[in-house]
Amino acid sequence: MPTLAPIIADNLLVEVDGAYHLIASRDRASGRTIFPARPDSDDRYDSVLLPREGRLWSWTVQRFRPKSPPYAGPAAFEPYAVGYVQLDGALIVESRLIDVDFDGLRIDMPMRLVPLPFTLASGVVRTSFAFAPVEEARR
Amino acid sequence: MSDVFIIGAGIHPFGRTPGLSGLQQGVYAVRQALAQTGLGWSDIRFAFGGSDSAGNADTMVSELGLTGLPFINVANGCATGGSAMFGAYSAIKSGEFDLGIAVGFDKHPRGSFSPLPADWGLPDWYGETGLMLTTQFFAMKIQRYMATYGITPRTLGAVAEKAFANGVLADHAWRREAVDIDTILSSQMVSDPLTKFMFCSPGEGAVALVLASGKRARELGLPSVRLRAAAVRTRPPGSFEVFSPALDLERGGSPTTIASRAAYDMAGVGPEDIDIAQLQDTETGAEIMHMAENGFCADGEQTAWIAEGRTRIDGTLPVNTDGGCLACGEPIGASGLRQVYENFVQLTGRAGRRQAPGNPRLGYSHVYGAPGVSAVAIVER
Repeated sequence: MPTLAPIIADNLLVEVDGAYHLIASRDRASGRTIFPARPDSDDRYDSVLLPREGRLWSWTVQRFRPKSPPYAGPAAFEPYAVGYVQLDGALIVESRLIDVDFDGLRIDMPMRLVPLPFTLASGVVRTSFAFAPVEEARR
Repeated sequence: MSDVFIIGAGIHPFGRTPGLSGLQQGVYAVRQALAQTGLGWSDIRFAFGGSDSAGNADTMVSELGLTGLPFINVANGCATGGSAMFGAYSAIKSGEFDLGIAVGFDKHPRGSFSPLPADWGLPDWYGETGLMLTTQFFAMKIQRYMATYGITPRTLGAVAEKAFANGVLADHAWRREAVDIDTILSSQMVSDPLTKFMFCSPGEGAVALVLASGKRARELGLPSVRLRAAAVRTRPPGSFEVFSPALDLERGGSPTTIASRAAYDMAGVGPEDIDIAQLQDTETGAEIMHMAENGFCADGEQTAWIAEGRTRIDGTLPVNTDGGCLACGEPIGASGLRQVYENFVQLTGRAGRRQAPGNPRLGYSHVYGAPGVSAVAIVER
């Protein structure tokens, strides 16, 4: 696996045995899983890793460049797909979707987490996350 | 406990008004509402008001008069107007005051809203990577709803077509030209499955309502409506809201479903009793889903309702008779009060060419916004 750029935020994504996982928090009292993760200092929660695979719950395509701020992507814009992926036993997570034609997006299609190189407007690259169809997911 | 009546309503036309600030549009609406009642600003005992991005409502006293009245600023996102009215309603219902004003106004720059993650308790990466857009939320909510209940893009288009047709008839609307369904369906895709003509735009405008106790309303003898219910609710567990990096697996209700139930309980009526409804239509899918969340039909029945024209002005339940947000635009602070303004005008028989037939008696209004807040009001002639 090629070396990836630094992860875009702390406590977001971690590599375990060559595979990336999103980091979440589990409420010790209720068992509810929460993403993004709570700060490590919050002792009401345990840190947990989210399942890497799930099914597409809903989706759309972002067809115009979002306003900056908050968007920090490059000035040149290509439409991108966004969706919610249902991760059984955990939660439904929002993510960019890659490696799939917009016409090929279907609710319930199997998806897998992949790291996503994300170029900031400054040209600096950071590692974010995306989901890709399981057939085409890169390891 | 006093009954609460709306005895006057004023509006500054929605759209774009270069040269007038949002606050000045608010003052215009207050003056128009007062003129309708014959009352002066010095008669008003209190005010609740707000905007999302056009300044502090209470500075209106500089123009309206330094009477020393309590003027409470309200900032509650898309429910700012609804919350201002809730405040005014509660103040009069308590018996403490007998005459007050609720005012909402706004003036937004062109294009989509540009929220900052920290203001919503979210990490920067959520905005930086292009996930923090209201348009994405609305698109994904209706996308799943359509798949679950077999709703097609044609139904989305029909809702927008109705909105623009109604806007033609509303003096205060921004979009005053009819748009046919094929143009709507084939217009630029913004966020699948929603096209450009299926979304409302942030805009400008202002609305003011004069509220009075039952005793005061009877003394004044003006055309009025009774505010039977005003409810504001935040989100329950398992809801699906704007700006959500994750959702609970166990799906639940929405702020709309619980605000709606609370309002029906307060009014002692059910959805079958409502004659006319103004429902949050940030985009056409929202109007469709809100028909069910507010109890007017079961999930999936919207296809037949809309195909049969039941929500048109001459239908069995006219919805968004002034064209809603789609035709009027969405100045956040004013938008919820516009809905109540429209019901006031309709129930007092002053809606002119867009007047719903059959002397509507019960009017329902519903506003929804980030991060999961709904306000519902029910008024009765």
